[in-house]
Amino acid sequence: MFSLDLFLNALAAGVLLGGFYAAVSLGIAVSFGLLDIANLAHPVFVMFGAYLVYTMNSRFGMDPILAGVLFTPLFFVLGALLYQLYYASFERKGAESLRGLVFFFGILFIVEVGLLLQFGVDYRLVEARYIGESLHLGPVGLPFRLLIPCVAGVSLTALLYLFLSRTFYGRAIQGVAQDAFALRLMGANPFKVKRLAFALASATASVAGALLIMIGPVEPAMNREYIGRAFAVTVLGGMGSIGGTLVAALMLGVAESLTATFYGPAWGVAVSFGVLLLALAVRPSGLFGR
Amino acid sequence: MSQRAFLAVAALVVVAGFLVSRVLTNQYYYFAAYVILQYVVLATAWNILGGYTGYVNFGTPAFFALGAYTSVVLIKMMNAPLGLQLVGGAAVAGLLGLGIGYLTLRLRGVFFSIATLALAVVLQTLFVNWEYTGGARGLSLIRPATAPLFGHYVQFLFEVMLILALFAVGVAAWIEHSWIGRGLAAIRDNEEAAECMGVPTLRLKLVATPVSGALMGLAGAPFPYFVTFVEPGSVFDLNYAVNSLAMPMIGGSTTWVGPIIGAVLLGTAQQVATVTISSALNLLIVGVILVAFVILAPEGIVGLIQRLARRREGDVRLAHGKAT
Repeated sequence: MFSLDLFLNALAAGVLLGGFYAAVSLGIAVSFGLLDIANLAHPVFVMFGAYLVYTMNSRFGMDPILAGVLFTPLFFVLGALLYQLYYASFERKGAESLRGLVFFFGILFIVEVGLLLQFGVDYRLVEARYIGESLHLGPVGLPFRLLIPCVAGVSLTALLYLFLSRTFYGRAIQGVAQDAFALRLMGANPFKVKRLAFALASATASVAGALLIMIGPVEPAMNREYIGRAFAVTVLGGMGSIGGTLVAALMLGVAESLTATFYGPAWGVAVSFGVLLLALAVRPSGLFGR
Repeated sequence: MSQRAFLAVAALVVVAGFLVSRVLTNQYYYFAAYVILQYVVLATAWNILGGYTGYVNFGTPAFFALGAYTSVVLIKMMNAPLGLQLVGGAAVAGLLGLGIGYLTLRLRGVFFSIATLALAVVLQTLFVNWEYTGGARGLSLIRPATAPLFGHYVQFLFEVMLILALFAVGVAAWIEHSWIGRGLAAIRDNEEAAECMGVPTLRLKLVATPVSGALMGLAGAPFPYFVTFVEPGSVFDLNYAVNSLAMPMIGGSTTWVGPIIGAVLLGTAQQVATVTISSALNLLIVGVILVAFVILAPEGIVGLIQRLARRREGDVRLAHGKAT
């Protein structure tokens, strides 16, 4: 049964998939990992982004990635508004985070049903010249529909890493994650810093959505699979460490791809949630946690 | 309400339900009432863990589906009667609840909630891949056409669900007013402090999680006979997670009355909306109401009423103060 070719191909597909998972997980890594806001609705925003890209692609034949980048300002604003609402209703009052969790669960549900009403349950996909082609390296085939999302996902991760570690605002975000009170003593407003971070996290959903619909057809309920994946990656990656997020995403991608290849695709989803349960139970601080 | 009064009211309701099933002949009402009562059970069960103890469980579909699939297995294996299905479903789901209880040792707050969500997806994958229960395609079941005394079987199922709902509410009310309920409330307010004061937090949580899980399984156990077709997509539906959490939140999550109010209001509204508007739109309504309540009235309808009553009391006292 076991063949080296099959194994190498599954491994390659897993690495490519992992790069894409990193793109989906970045939003959770920032909002949950750094800001301690369990944004369950992030994957459904990724879905929303995918459908916007689909609309632009099917109406105007626009390139999916270009469309994804074009919509980032919209998601940035949406994220800022959502955080404002969250802050005013929960964080400012010091209400327990559990109610916030229910709030995001409700938002998830509203957006999902909204997408369902607008686009129906049919699978939607995008078209572009390069999607069907692939690159061959010896026995290993790298399909462009996986390669491009991986490259884009890794680039997005690198950009965010550079932003957080090199720029003034990025460092402010890391500061607010460590100690919001100290930040206030430095004369900065933690609310504004957090809003910026949350808006940025949401903005990544637009690009991630473009990558998602490039990899395969989408339907609204798919966001639930990505809740497990994104939270598994965030927890495993050490809650907010961007480098850790990338490594964890690659590991999850490989694990899923190998399982799907050797046990059947139906088990793929269970892997991510199994990893999540295991990570939560055994090592909640993640592989790279402090 | 004293225990005896509760039992009397419960007996009255059961008899009334039976009498109604003698008179009303339109089958639709039984289907609708069954669904609403099922939500009363689910919401009450969720509230024992979510409302009293403060652990938000997104995994309702896992427990509900486990109850339903236990029935499916029992029917396929030995054509078990409904009574056995109920006991089996509750037992298996209760065991899963016990497992969840041990999970709370390591996971608190947000992490616990995400783990329950993960649990539901993992379990769904297991059932999608399990051919014995029909796998992803699902499985058709033949239910008995009639039941003695009741005529049509759906009327009988309605009466069964009515009794289950009363049972669930009774259990919740009993827990709430016993030392267990006070202990759970202590956990909700501050788990560390409760532990330090000598409240046996782990033992209490290991009471709350299996009871909550078993009641959810109980709600799911008659489901295969109710719909006569079981597939993973319908029993693991996210609607169960949203509804079982939205209903106590809307009704008021600190008393046993809250989930009933929430389930009856929201359940009825959904039934009406499904018939008159569309089934997708009514889910949208649930989501919007849930978010609105979480933001504006976190104590739910019961809390709102209590606040109003307190204000009126305050007004009265104020008026007296001026007079004297």
